[in-house]
Amino acid sequence: MNLAYLRLAVTLARREMRSGLGGFRLFIACLALGVGAIAAILSFSRAVEEGLRADAREILGGDVAVSLLYREATPEQVAWLGKQGEMTRWIDSRSMARPVKPDGRTALIQLKALEPAYPLYGAVELQGGGSLADALAQRDGVWGAVVEETGLKRMNVALGDQLKVGDATVELRGVIVREPDRGMNAFASLGPRLMIPLAAIAESGLAQQGSLLTWEYRLRLSPGASDLQTIGRMKAEFPEAGWRVRGLGDAGGSLQFWLSRLTQFLSLVGLAALLVGGVGVGNAISSFLTARLRTIATLKCLGAPQRLVFLVYFLQIGALALLGVAIGVVIGAALPFLAQSAIADLLPLRARVDIYIRPLLTAGTFGLLVSLLFALLPLLRARAVSAATLMRGAVVGSRRVALGELALIAGAAVVLAGFTVYVAPDRRTAAWFVLGATGAFIAFPLLARGLMWAAARVGKPRLAALRLALANLHRPGSPTPIVMLSLGLGLTVLVATALIEGNLREQLTQRIPRDAPAFFFVDIQSSQIADFEKTIAAVPGAGKLEEVPSLRGRIVKIAGQPVTQAMVPSDARWAVDGDRGLTYSATQPEGSRLVAGEWWPPDYRGPQLVSFDAALAGAFGIGIGDTITVNVLGRDIEARIASLRRIEWQTLSINFVFVFSPGLLDKAPHTYLATVKATPEAEERIFREVTDRFPNVTVVRIRDAVQTASDVLANIGLAVRLIGLLSIVAGILVLAGAMLATQRRRIHEAVVMKVLGATRGRIAGTFAWEFATLGLATALASLAVGTAAAYMVVRNLMNLSWTFLPAVAVTVAMGATALTLAFGLAGTLTALRQRPLALLRNE
Amino acid sequence: MASDAGLVNILRGITLDIAAGEIAAVVGPSGAGKSSLMMVAGGLERATSGRVEVVGHDLAPLDDDARARLRRDHLGIVFQGFHLIPTMTAHENVALPLEFAGRADAFDAAQVALVRVGLGHRLSHYPAQLSGGEQQRVAVARAFVGSPRLLLADEPTGNLDGATGKQVMDLLFELARSGGATLILITHDMVLAERCDRILRIADGLVVDDRRTPHALAAQ
Repeated sequence: MNLAYLRLAVTLARREMRSGLGGFRLFIACLALGVGAIAAILSFSRAVEEGLRADAREILGGDVAVSLLYREATPEQVAWLGKQGEMTRWIDSRSMARPVKPDGRTALIQLKALEPAYPLYGAVELQGGGSLADALAQRDGVWGAVVEETGLKRMNVALGDQLKVGDATVELRGVIVREPDRGMNAFASLGPRLMIPLAAIAESGLAQQGSLLTWEYRLRLSPGASDLQTIGRMKAEFPEAGWRVRGLGDAGGSLQFWLSRLTQFLSLVGLAALLVGGVGVGNAISSFLTARLRTIATLKCLGAPQRLVFLVYFLQIGALALLGVAIGVVIGAALPFLAQSAIADLLPLRARVDIYIRPLLTAGTFGLLVSLLFALLPLLRARAVSAATLMRGAVVGSRRVALGELALIAGAAVVLAGFTVYVAPDRRTAAWFVLGATGAFIAFPLLARGLMWAAARVGKPRLAALRLALANLHRPGSPTPIVMLSLGLGLTVLVATALIEGNLREQLTQRIPRDAPAFFFVDIQSSQIADFEKTIAAVPGAGKLEEVPSLRGRIVKIAGQPVTQAMVPSDARWAVDGDRGLTYSATQPEGSRLVAGEWWPPDYRGPQLVSFDAALAGAFGIGIGDTITVNVLGRDIEARIASLRRIEWQTLSINFVFVFSPGLLDKAPHTYLATVKATPEAEERIFREVTDRFPNVTVVRIRDAVQTASDVLANIGLAVRLIGLLSIVAGILVLAGAMLATQRRRIHEAVVMKVLGATRGRIAGTFAWEFATLGLATALASLAVGTAAAYMVVRNLMNLSWTFLPAVAVTVAMGATALTLAFGLAGTLTALRQRPLALLRNE
Repeated sequence: MASDAGLVNILRGITLDIAAGEIAAVVGPSGAGKSSLMMVAGGLERATSGRVEVVGHDLAPLDDDARARLRRDHLGIVFQGFHLIPTMTAHENVALPLEFAGRADAFDAAQVALVRVGLGHRLSHYPAQLSGGEQQRVAVARAFVGSPRLLLADEPTGNLDGATGKQVMDLLFELARSGGATLILITHDMVLAERCDRILRIADGLVVDDRRTPHALAAQ
């Protein structure tokens, strides 16, 4: 192709575009909406990442972070860490804080017992200023404490009041405004943060053997030292320390993981909206080219080759797509600035909102690829319009697509799919998405054909309006396929996101068994257990008390092979990183079921056996008869796997990955975990009795824990719903476009019907039946496809159990039917208002 | 008449009686008001003043729906542009007015009508699959299927070639005469007009000539 040829195409395209953008408003809106959503999601996510990177030292609390579950580092380890730079340490634990004054309320708090050097980076901001070190210092023999504002209300205390934490007494001296390394604790903590000096812990008696707490160590390295090199040396020096070590690149911890997953999920939903919009893009181009049929035929008559025709319209549509994408990119770049203040409080860090090129480029590329994919078919058809069209008035679109053209379209689809997978952090999920989207694009046209087939064969109902409506559904040029595809795809996304979110919520709230325990008690000492049982039994209304011995152990060998050399997949790493809880039992625990092997006899006293979590065993690649070696309190215990259990974590019974056979472990020092069921009236008394008599025991109200998780989910759910809603907005845009495209035909029909003696009521009735049937069929189809998609995500990607939620189903079905009906009838009203003269006059 | 551009005097005082069973041609130059006359007679447009009575009904007090019912029960209309519904088969197009009337035998009667216009073999064809002459014959069948008392035909052969046009007109006359229906035929074609009983010439919204044709006089 030479330059003159291209110039000619550009000139022709420019002349053609003189008629304005009228028919392309929906085209541009569809593109801008989808691209804008993706650009905004990616930009905001990037802003959070940048915030994470910029404040990594503050968020991590140092250059290197070391966490040890349940136990302190050895003096040798501490000495080594101290040599790498400045070090500080603290204990993080869930504990109870009991106000000393009589009208105070005992509450679960997230305790941080720290040294004066904390924090190494950033500062703890207190209400009214003042330094943390001053606030925590010992005055008149009493240590200080600072708490988050919510804690004051929850405990009904004020500054100056005293609290008991374990056996230690502290005085409240400040309110925390900002904790620099709050991180994911903002989401995961069940109670307000309470900071006390580490020195007070000794008095508290909380740090006992086996207590559920984390020891945290932070290093500020000397200038020039690298965090990664330090971590490398640390691992070489203490290969079996069993600690979790993080550098600056990992400052976000699980926040990073969740951020990337959430971003991916939201951008895929955004992409779904864009794909729905793509249908609108295709429709707009089709009707534009149909209107240009005579022009194309004239060009052909005058000697324009197919290539030139293709180029002329490709250029026009390309220019419009660029416009739509540009609008979307501008929206996407601007939205994070607008949303910043609203979202800031939900984030545990400062997002660095700015204009980032890469997310905008990614979103723009998606927009252009989607436009290309949906523009190709109509463009290829237009190219082949025969010059004879001028004479015969043939219809575009009836020609079969040639194999080569199909390959071209498939190629564009593959490029889009490849790009989707390429830019996704989790490619497996993205690949599933591509598969699902492809399936939906195949399923809906097939379902539409099915509906048309059925409408043609359902027979002739007695009701004339219904008969006409059914006939309208399957006639040539009927809107059935386009309505089903556009509204159907949008609804599918909505159904799928609503069902996924609903299932997550269900998992957390509804799924809690009616007879779930009311409380979860942690760190009951062996010496306290008899007393504890008596205390609970004395409360009227207290139900079944379940106690489980609890020890800590670290997996050191899997099937005889040291863990350091074993291949452990990343999603099972948590089980070998540091200590895990374990227990022993003569009988099989509730809330689990054996999937392989047998439980040992109640009086078994032979060699050490273990019942292991089936999922983890699968990940480790071990089974019945293999051995697993666990280090408990410095001693390696090798046990043979006697059975595998599938654990139903949702039952909220106490459950462990490891359950050992009794004999050896019952002699080791250990604490107890317990749950108790209780009537609502008994709950308050149990809480009071236990917190009064056993200050070291942490009491978690199951309901509060579930509430905390639900609150987090509610925020995520809102984001998901908003983005999911976009796809339905895109669907409505496309639907409106499709309705508009058939509007002329509908007006003609209505006028002719009027001439033939149909009343307005009858015409409206006919159209109403048609749209109601179409809407309902679309809703049912979307429900089926969306449910299938949600089922796949919930079962296969999230590994959760599945519940169908009929409320969602009914809402969607009614909504879709109402929507189609409303749009259809709105068009019909216009049709009914038409005066017949203009249409019927001799042409 | 009211239009988007305001009031337009299209028919400026036409007094006209057409008796039952009469076949009348309306001729005149373009823009004379022929089509408007038909629209008013068919109840598709309202006259701003004066009185229009069709098959014994005064149209003035009738609302849109009442006039639609009047058309359904007593009127048949044929247009130059056929105005078949493109997404319905010939059979469905013809059955439509009977369906509106709630006739259980709509499709049987439609078939009879189509056979009568010589299209018994084209029942399941869509308009686009029919020639112009065939389409107009479907339109004629649709106009006659309800045995109307008044037939309005607006340049029914305007879009057809001479031979096909003649066929359609023969059919129209035959059906009107055999059913005893009144036929008002708007045409430019004086040869065609001469085949009617009476010729009305309209110019500038007024009837300027009204005469009986020789063959009508002869028949008397």
